[in-house]
Amino acid sequence: MSSATVTPILAAKGLVKRFGRVVALDNADFELNPGEILAVIGDNGAGKSTLIKTLSGAMIPDAGEITLEGKPVHFHSPMAARAAGIETVYQTLALSPALSIADNMFMGRERRRAGILGKYFRALDKKAMEDFARQKLSDLGLLTIQNIKQPVETLSGGQRQGVAVARAAAFGSRVVILDEPTAALGVKESRKVLDLILELRGRGLPIVLISHNMPHVFEVADRIHIHRLGRRAALINPKDYTMSDAVAIMTGAMAPPADAGRAA
Amino acid sequence: MSDNNTQSQDFESGLQGSHSEVASFEDTDRSLLKRIQHALHVNPALIPLFILLLSIIIFGVILGDRFFSPFSLTLILQQVSIVGIVAAAQTLVILTAGIDLSVGAIMVLSSVVMGQFAFRYGLPPEIAVLCGFLVGGLCGMINGLLVAFVRLPPFIVTLGMWQIVLATNFLYSANETIRSQDIEAQAPILQFFGESIRFGGAVFTYGVIAMVALVFILNYVLNNTAWGRHVYAIGDDAEAAKLSGVRVRRMQVSVYTLGGLICALAGWVLIGRIGSVSPTAGQFTNIESITAVVIGGISLFGGRGSILGTLFGALIVGVFGLGLRLIGTDPQWTYLLIGVLIIGAVALDQWIRRVSA
Repeated sequence: MSSATVTPILAAKGLVKRFGRVVALDNADFELNPGEILAVIGDNGAGKSTLIKTLSGAMIPDAGEITLEGKPVHFHSPMAARAAGIETVYQTLALSPALSIADNMFMGRERRRAGILGKYFRALDKKAMEDFARQKLSDLGLLTIQNIKQPVETLSGGQRQGVAVARAAAFGSRVVILDEPTAALGVKESRKVLDLILELRGRGLPIVLISHNMPHVFEVADRIHIHRLGRRAALINPKDYTMSDAVAIMTGAMAPPADAGRAA
Repeated sequence: MSDNNTQSQDFESGLQGSHSEVASFEDTDRSLLKRIQHALHVNPALIPLFILLLSIIIFGVILGDRFFSPFSLTLILQQVSIVGIVAAAQTLVILTAGIDLSVGAIMVLSSVVMGQFAFRYGLPPEIAVLCGFLVGGLCGMINGLLVAFVRLPPFIVTLGMWQIVLATNFLYSANETIRSQDIEAQAPILQFFGESIRFGGAVFTYGVIAMVALVFILNYVLNNTAWGRHVYAIGDDAEAAKLSGVRVRRMQVSVYTLGGLICALAGWVLIGRIGSVSPTAGQFTNIESITAVVIGGISLFGGRGSILGTLFGALIVGVFGLGLRLIGTDPQWTYLLIGVLIIGAVALDQWIRRVSA
């Protein structure tokens, strides 16, 4: 695809974010096209967390513009980004361990029962939420559920990741951002999560994948955004470059290609 | 999941033929102990309920009719009604991983305001009661604002408020007690919760009914409304709750404010129980409320426990108190046993938490 004809679903231009004297984002650009998996890689301290936080509403940039489907947006909180259809799976997963899978999936957006019970007694529609959660998890071919009321802390790491991803997929209508989804997982569970990511793309949901794991990135990404020194050093197609090229650009050992930012 | 979108990597070839049910939920082969641990994890009020029933049976066997009579058993309810109501407020705060040391002081100040506004300023007693609730809610809200927005530890905030509110209470009331006869003559509504319904020997004061009703209402709210689930979520992991879209600060302010209002209710019930308005009443209510909460199986680390457990915890303390008094032991035995129960309850909580491992 060529970036000249496609309107990016989520884009940013000239983002700046300073923390005191530290410049975390220095005129950074960003572009996510419809239906693609865009990997974001970068060394520690390159500013990719800050970039993601500004896109997901967790941080407000000092300067620069973010556009969603071509229209400028200003997210002042993660809630605002979520309302616009951008869901983020944080590295910490943001799940409440003692609460059930269904409780967690609907945390902050619970459904109330119809009628007087819901209106005046604010009763939650537990059955509908449990059915929905069960449906979403099995849709993703993820879990063979015995008990959707099970507390999240009784699940394995991969299962928890699955719940968090399913939550994002269920509510993320435009973009899903995944922050290091495989960092804490074993080989087998990582495979499950990668399959899940491809499954989401198969449904047309664009994904931003932040990862340190080069094999994972090169396997699933359609394009790779390489972040270095607070800005986008290059935007490459994984088919044209090797993993060592990517690492070299990321660390500054290799000059970014001349068409950086325009590739693929 | 199908293989068609999977181009697995070389090193993953070793996975072929391995178990693929990564995410199944089957629980096979659980020992009895594990099953008990799981049951307690799901229903944290079971243990205090068990201890409550057991202690009632034991004292009933030892003391016979003196203890096991409608009169004695409802007397226990009357004796724990104040602590039970305050402990309900304490439960809400502790579920958010906070603590409120000022509950007893807020209760007393509210009762003093109700009394003094009616007698010193001659306000209609109904308005005076309303003012008491206002003061209670305000104290709670200050706690909440300091915890949520100034980000001070709840222990410190409420330790300070405890002293401030108690001192205000003594300064404002000038240590003056309003006599029971005066209240009865001029503002009987202040003693409303002292009135009672009798069935044979059983005496249910309105205060007892208020305590039980309050606990059941809060139990519904905590389990069946978004607000209630958010209380648990904050106590469990505030950061996760925030990222999931829970407005943590607003929740904290609302929890402490509601706690203050419930303490004001306790202040009103207190007037009914002792008849008079006394600025020196309820000195130990804050510690007693924490005791009831802990024995009731609520985790001091937040996010776990059922408010029904708190009711059982308060009743356990009441049963031990009355039972041992009827037996005629030194009252210190009551404190000693309560101490053992507290430590036992916390040890049990730690064990239940390990269910995740």
